[in-house]
Amino acid sequence: MSRPSDHYDSPDPALATRARGAASDDGSSSGAGDGSSPDIAQPRLGVVGWLRWFWRQLTSMRTALFLLLLLALAAVPGSLVPQRAADPNGVTQYFVDNPDLAPILDKVQAFDVYTSVWFSSIYLLLFISLVGCVIPRAKHHFDALRAKPPRTPARLSRLAGFEQRAAEPGTNGAEAIEVARGMLRKAGYRAVVFTAPGKNGSEITSVSAERGYARETGNLVFHAALVGILITVGVGGGFGFSGQRVLVENGQTFVNTLSAFDSFNPGRFFSESSLTPYSMKLDKFTATYETKADGAFGQPLDYDAAVTTQEQGGSEQQSDIKVNSPLRIGGTDVYLLGNGYAPTVTVKDPTGKVVFTDSIPFLPQDASLTSVGVVKVPDGLSQQLGMIGFFYPTQAVSTTGAYYSTYPDDDYPVLTLNVYQGDLGLNGGTPTSVYSLDTDTLSQLTGGSTGVASIELKPGESTALPNGLGTISFDNVARYASLDIHHDPTQGYVLLFASLALLGLLISLFIPRRRVWVKATERADGSVTLEYAGLARGEDPRLVPAVADLAERHAKLLAGRAVPETNA
Amino acid sequence: MTQTIDEYSVFFLYAAMAVYAFAFIAFALDLARRSAQVGAGNEVGVDGSVTTRERVLETVGAGGSSAVSGSVATAAPVGVGGSGAARKGLFSRGGGAEASLSASGDGAVTKRSLSLRLGVAFTLIGFLLELTADVLRGIAAARVPWANMYEFSMTGTVLIVGVFLVVITRVDLRFLGTFITGLVLILLGVSTVNYYVGVAPLPPALQSAWLVIHVFVASLGTAFFALGFALSAIQLVQYRREAIGAGARTLKLKFMASLPDSKRLENLAYRVNIVGFVFWTFTLIAGAVWAERAWGRYWGWDTKEVWTFIIWVIYAGYIHARATRGWRGSRSAVLAIIGFAAVLFNFGIVNVFFHGLHSYSGL
Repeated sequence: MSRPSDHYDSPDPALATRARGAASDDGSSSGAGDGSSPDIAQPRLGVVGWLRWFWRQLTSMRTALFLLLLLALAAVPGSLVPQRAADPNGVTQYFVDNPDLAPILDKVQAFDVYTSVWFSSIYLLLFISLVGCVIPRAKHHFDALRAKPPRTPARLSRLAGFEQRAAEPGTNGAEAIEVARGMLRKAGYRAVVFTAPGKNGSEITSVSAERGYARETGNLVFHAALVGILITVGVGGGFGFSGQRVLVENGQTFVNTLSAFDSFNPGRFFSESSLTPYSMKLDKFTATYETKADGAFGQPLDYDAAVTTQEQGGSEQQSDIKVNSPLRIGGTDVYLLGNGYAPTVTVKDPTGKVVFTDSIPFLPQDASLTSVGVVKVPDGLSQQLGMIGFFYPTQAVSTTGAYYSTYPDDDYPVLTLNVYQGDLGLNGGTPTSVYSLDTDTLSQLTGGSTGVASIELKPGESTALPNGLGTISFDNVARYASLDIHHDPTQGYVLLFASLALLGLLISLFIPRRRVWVKATERADGSVTLEYAGLARGEDPRLVPAVADLAERHAKLLAGRAVPETNA
Repeated sequence: MTQTIDEYSVFFLYAAMAVYAFAFIAFALDLARRSAQVGAGNEVGVDGSVTTRERVLETVGAGGSSAVSGSVATAAPVGVGGSGAARKGLFSRGGGAEASLSASGDGAVTKRSLSLRLGVAFTLIGFLLELTADVLRGIAAARVPWANMYEFSMTGTVLIVGVFLVVITRVDLRFLGTFITGLVLILLGVSTVNYYVGVAPLPPALQSAWLVIHVFVASLGTAFFALGFALSAIQLVQYRREAIGAGARTLKLKFMASLPDSKRLENLAYRVNIVGFVFWTFTLIAGAVWAERAWGRYWGWDTKEVWTFIIWVIYAGYIHARATRGWRGSRSAVLAIIGFAAVLFNFGIVNVFFHGLHSYSGL
């Protein structure tokens, strides 16, 4: 069986089974492909029979169609609910906003739709169905590629584009067919000549031709390429990794080792030894903003991270990383995905001894880069200190007295800090986020309801910490770049398979597969009748014009041949 | 300078919309005329031409001139399918009695549809105006004019009309004129009122050659899907009319009798939709290549990616349905309609209201 029984081009079971003679030809009655009928006593199915039945169901067109539509439907929830893989913060927020609903959704894997059991089973079933359909078709096609076109049907008059012409007197039937065969071969047809005895001892010569075998080849390539994509993505994803690292200007150097990543997601088959050593330092981060256009004032125009890299045994190299132009180095791709400000803060104890100094990346909150960050001073003071800071690159004061930023560049930078003291929770060894501060165990010293004004600093300024704890200074502000470092050894193959799929699709949709016949019947009086007809195999809107065109050109060619003969 | 050019662009856009409105009216008149002619028992072709049988002309002549002037008001005075006598009858259409006399030969008279040709002419003018508006917007912004919702709408509708105008030179789908101009008018109306933003520079994420390719091909695919949608929708109505059969006269949409049968409509819809599908497949691949460069991964189930995938799967289902016994015909047409609904949803809802990396609506 080359195709699923319910494929449109397969023999219609409604025609094959008498009992279903009532079923309409276009199959509009539901389940026309079942082939079951109450009138027929069916043999009992054994285990193998049931398995075969199940396999037939799975590889049928209807099942494939059903699974396709189910796949489309199943993909929808992932766009309505934030997904852990794409938007982890959104998921956290969703849990906060919908405390009752979120755990239920989580149970049905609504936050991991595309790796969920149910989504995976749909596409795996779909691909099993696809493979089960494609393999027999591939075998059948392979046979068809080596087979000759079938014998010319006895009656062409029922076929598409049927045309009957009387050949010019003196035309030889066999010769006319030979001419037609030449034309068809030139047009890419596989053509075979048949002769059959006709009525009254006359002879019927015909050419049976078929073209467009590539249509099925393209179809098979398309489906095989989809399987290729699935396998490459599934297996290849296991060998790669993705990691994130924040680099502050003129600050830290990244070295490509596991501990140097801020976060790291390895694939299943990843091993640390596959990391190629190299180092990368952010020299300068330049952000350019629109200063003119109305409505677009402050919109980013360009981000440029100038980095110095050095591969093992190599010399230092300067490169630029931009949003649409990642840096390819040491088997990894480095992408510029975010940026922000990192104020440098120094804390001194009451004796003037520096107990803390660091550039702390603040997370941008809006388009004008109002940023929030956390400063933690665990050692050196009488109490552990935590500070929640707001950074305004170009500070302005609203009518309510609240601060905000009017422009993303650091034209008038201001840093405000709310100070907390108490146990920062760092001593227990539990990892905590550097971007958040758990204030439950802390007592607030400035800002909010304390009645003490928040600390407010401009670059270069310093002020005393409350309760005589010491002093704090805002030394300067640097830019940081948030870099994603990826390694995916198989994405090239994914692209290759995707391109093959597109190519296969083009071929399978636009190359028509058709059979064409030309038949010459010699009458007793020596006159020759020529018949032309075609048969579409699959979609072929141009079949009838193609047959008409063939008949026309054939007649012209015969006439052209006839003329010199008569002259001679 | 930028602003001035953009103002010209907006002016041309409004001019185009006005002309599209005229085109819409002309196309609608053509449909009304078809209904009237079908109701009067005349044969109306797909191209809107009315073939009046001799018998009918006689009745008209006897009954008075009201029916004649009614049909002539919108019908073109050109195009003759019959004998010289019929031609004479056409030119002397002022007098009913004379017409019936001169058309006494056995030839049928065929009249082309003036309103239909006016509709196409208006559509072409509107297209040129809108194309000008689009190009001016691009000049004003010094980049391709498709980087926010307003520009997506403008370029997208230019492409819808452009594809329509190209397709009707090959297959007579002019009867879709009301749908196409109506759809374009609605899209442009929504976009000029709700989506208009001044010229803004490209954010860094969009500064890529892939913006030119990916978005343009996506819009082109959408244009073909729009045509396919219209054909599939009409196919469903036509199928119902055919199913009713003899009782078709009771159906209100009489002009349906002048349109191709549901099988032909289905085949046309399929041919248009598969072109859209190929463009959509390319959009998906090009988008993945671009996503790899801009965001560091070629596929991440971003909301826009999800919906592009959903649309692709629906149309893949449509193509399979065409090859599945029991699913050809109306069922596959329903899938094509759902597919285009998803395209509109992806454009109008996902772009504006969903969070994701594709947040370039500019709103």
